[in-house]
Amino acid sequence: MRQTCNSDGGVGSTENVQVRGITLLPIFVDTPIAAPNPETKLLADFKKDTYLSKVYLAGREYLNEEGQTSVSPLIGKIMQQIGTDPTLCPEYPSYFGLPEFTRRATELVLGRDCHAIVENRVLGVQTVGSTGAVRLGAELLKHWYNVSGVWCGPVYLSSPCDDSLAGIFEAAGIQDVRRYRYWDTEQRGVCVQKMMEDLEMAPEQSVIVLSASAHCPTGSDLSQKHWRLLTQLMVRCMFFPFFLLPAQGLCHGDFEQDAWPVRLCASLGMELLCAQSFSHSFGLYGERVGHLLCVLKQSSTLLAVQSQAEKQVRALWSRPSVGGARVVATVLCNPAHHVEWQEGVKSMVERGILVRERLREKLRLLGCPGSWDHLIQQGGLYCCTGLNVQQVEFLEKRRHIYLHPNGCLNLK
Amino acid sequence: MSLFGEVPQATPVAVFKLSNDFKEDPNPMKVNLGVGAYRTDEGQPWVLPVVKKVEKIIVADNSLNHEYLPILGLPEFRSSASKIALGEDSPAIQENRVGAVQCLGGTGALKMGAEFLRRWYNGNDNMKTPVYVSAPTWENHNSVFANAGFEDVRPYKYWDAEKRGLDLAGFLGDLETAPKHSIFVLHACAHNPTGTDPTHVEWMQVAEVMKRRKLFVFFDSAYQGFASGCLDKDAWAVRYFVTQGFEMFCAQSFSKNFGLYNERVGNLTIVARDADNVRRVLSQMEKIVRVNWSNPPSQGARLVAITLNTAELFAEWKDNVKTMADRVLLMRASLQAKLQVLGTPGTWDHITQQIGMFSFTGLNPKQVEYMIKERSIYLMASGRINMCGLTTKNIDYVAESIHETVVNVQ
Repeated sequence: MRQTCNSDGGVGSTENVQVRGITLLPIFVDTPIAAPNPETKLLADFKKDTYLSKVYLAGREYLNEEGQTSVSPLIGKIMQQIGTDPTLCPEYPSYFGLPEFTRRATELVLGRDCHAIVENRVLGVQTVGSTGAVRLGAELLKHWYNVSGVWCGPVYLSSPCDDSLAGIFEAAGIQDVRRYRYWDTEQRGVCVQKMMEDLEMAPEQSVIVLSASAHCPTGSDLSQKHWRLLTQLMVRCMFFPFFLLPAQGLCHGDFEQDAWPVRLCASLGMELLCAQSFSHSFGLYGERVGHLLCVLKQSSTLLAVQSQAEKQVRALWSRPSVGGARVVATVLCNPAHHVEWQEGVKSMVERGILVRERLREKLRLLGCPGSWDHLIQQGGLYCCTGLNVQQVEFLEKRRHIYLHPNGCLNLK
Repeated sequence: MSLFGEVPQATPVAVFKLSNDFKEDPNPMKVNLGVGAYRTDEGQPWVLPVVKKVEKIIVADNSLNHEYLPILGLPEFRSSASKIALGEDSPAIQENRVGAVQCLGGTGALKMGAEFLRRWYNGNDNMKTPVYVSAPTWENHNSVFANAGFEDVRPYKYWDAEKRGLDLAGFLGDLETAPKHSIFVLHACAHNPTGTDPTHVEWMQVAEVMKRRKLFVFFDSAYQGFASGCLDKDAWAVRYFVTQGFEMFCAQSFSKNFGLYNERVGNLTIVARDADNVRRVLSQMEKIVRVNWSNPPSQGARLVAITLNTAELFAEWKDNVKTMADRVLLMRASLQAKLQVLGTPGTWDHITQQIGMFSFTGLNPKQVEYMIKERSIYLMASGRINMCGLTTKNIDYVAESIHETVVNVQ
């Protein structure tokens, strides 16, 4: 609800409060308490639970066998080196972050010999995690997408999707946020047909947010065949793809495969945005290492878009923090480190596949009704079980196992 | 056809063009007085010794993990950072009515404050509340508030170019005529770019008007400790306003006083009238943070928290800060003395009266151009210089250049 202020008095109680003889002016008295984050409440309930064998499956991080986040020995070693390097300069980085980081992050997604890179129509910006990347992308779209027309959406998100996404676009001033059907509860997979139907109805120049791989929160992705159909649709309807790539390499254990849909669009000459995170693949959650990739159609627009991106960054956080990006750049710039890191990622994936197979096998042995093949068809950190709200509640209350209300869980 | 095809080039930020031009200048005597960071007498950036020490502690600590920080940031950082601004014995802290949000540097703290105010201050989603920034001010103030949705960002009188000092009458006049509930961005100390701060008595007058006219106090504190060399002295204005009963925001940056420019360590301190208000405000801040950067970066905050919460390290840090401040004060005194000896026309007392990193020399645009073109001394068109760009090796050259410029160019 909007309220305007009149110049003489604001809205709200003007009642003053006296503390120690000093009059305190009331300013925040009308600020309502925000509804608690469902994830926060779930975690709080879990912490209060005194059951010894309780299990929390709603987290957002990769955990090792001991249930801890960890960094590989390689990353640990590099962090030590960086921490004791006397030559490193404490100066402000550029607004775009560390150039060696953005260059490698760009190459990781698109492939080094991608035409767009060679033709100099790619912009890379280091961001504060993938949230920062999505926010920056949203601000760029809001301010500069189709200057001559008045673009104000819509933006399409998958149903379900990460619960902070809609809020990010709204915060950037894009109110028209819609959903396309994605997860089919009955089929326990992606309902491609319904997805395409919904997108056929979308107006031209809609922005479509797509998960390149390891969809959050379902873990279910499109096949390459379906990606080809989807991109044909997007070209025909002049849609703008905004990819989410939160865990490249952690879905199939193959970096190219995990970025395949982005490379497909780039090879078709499309413009696109891609929000990347290095949290999962490096175990560097707290360091907030993210990247926004922007592929343009023409190199002539690059400088202008770059200057506007800089303007947006300055008003958001000014510059990113360099610590984590430096670690990632060090790994990606060194061939031996790069290989060692990729091997580490692959073994995380193998462990994930093992867990999925074991879970499916146990359910089969228990004679659990229904099909559980979808567990091994999905990839990445997340898994959508297909359990409904009542079943999830049962698990929480009777068995002390905590899942997201939508039936999705963190495999680790 | 590119959908970004009509995006216009944004105007470049002046200070960076200056840095570029400086880099390309072949003159060996060139001096960059447009830098925005501290430099040693050798003209080098300085990693504070205490920072090096704490970095080693962090690297050696195997118990530290790399998990996401809470949305509002590292708790021990937030509380110790607020204590730095408000003082350990602050009545507001004792009365449990202080909250904080860890942010991406000072900019991030301003951004979070601005986003909150736009949503929840003076009505809901009221974008018409005027936001006043000093004339002149750090140019990013305008962008941060405008981008948060405020439609009416205006200047308040501050710098008197003729007097080369504070335009108190103008400042108080704008406070008197501002619509009630307007937001005022105040520089806690070491005003950027003028280096001119109100005296204690002048701050008291400002506070009196702001209280009477119900104006919102939003402090920007980027140089605490760096200005006078003493943390408490530099926080006088912020603490005075707290004693006057204001509910207010204070955006803190640890970039300069910790030399942690690239780790983006900032804190938004919130003073409210009671714990319940703090709780509600923080709950809304969480929502805002979640759609901006989700949770803040851990490294810098950890470093600052360890330093502030460990007695010997805290003492060492205060000492390091004093080292930086003292060097700046020395350069101010030297420059003023040299100009006096040279008999440079005009008065130059403002150089030692101003405080902090920056000084408004009073040189006009023509004189600035002359300095750049003829003497390869780079400063902002406004006449602003960064004292940190001065060293014992270049100060004679700079003083002589100012002298020559003032004499030959009007």
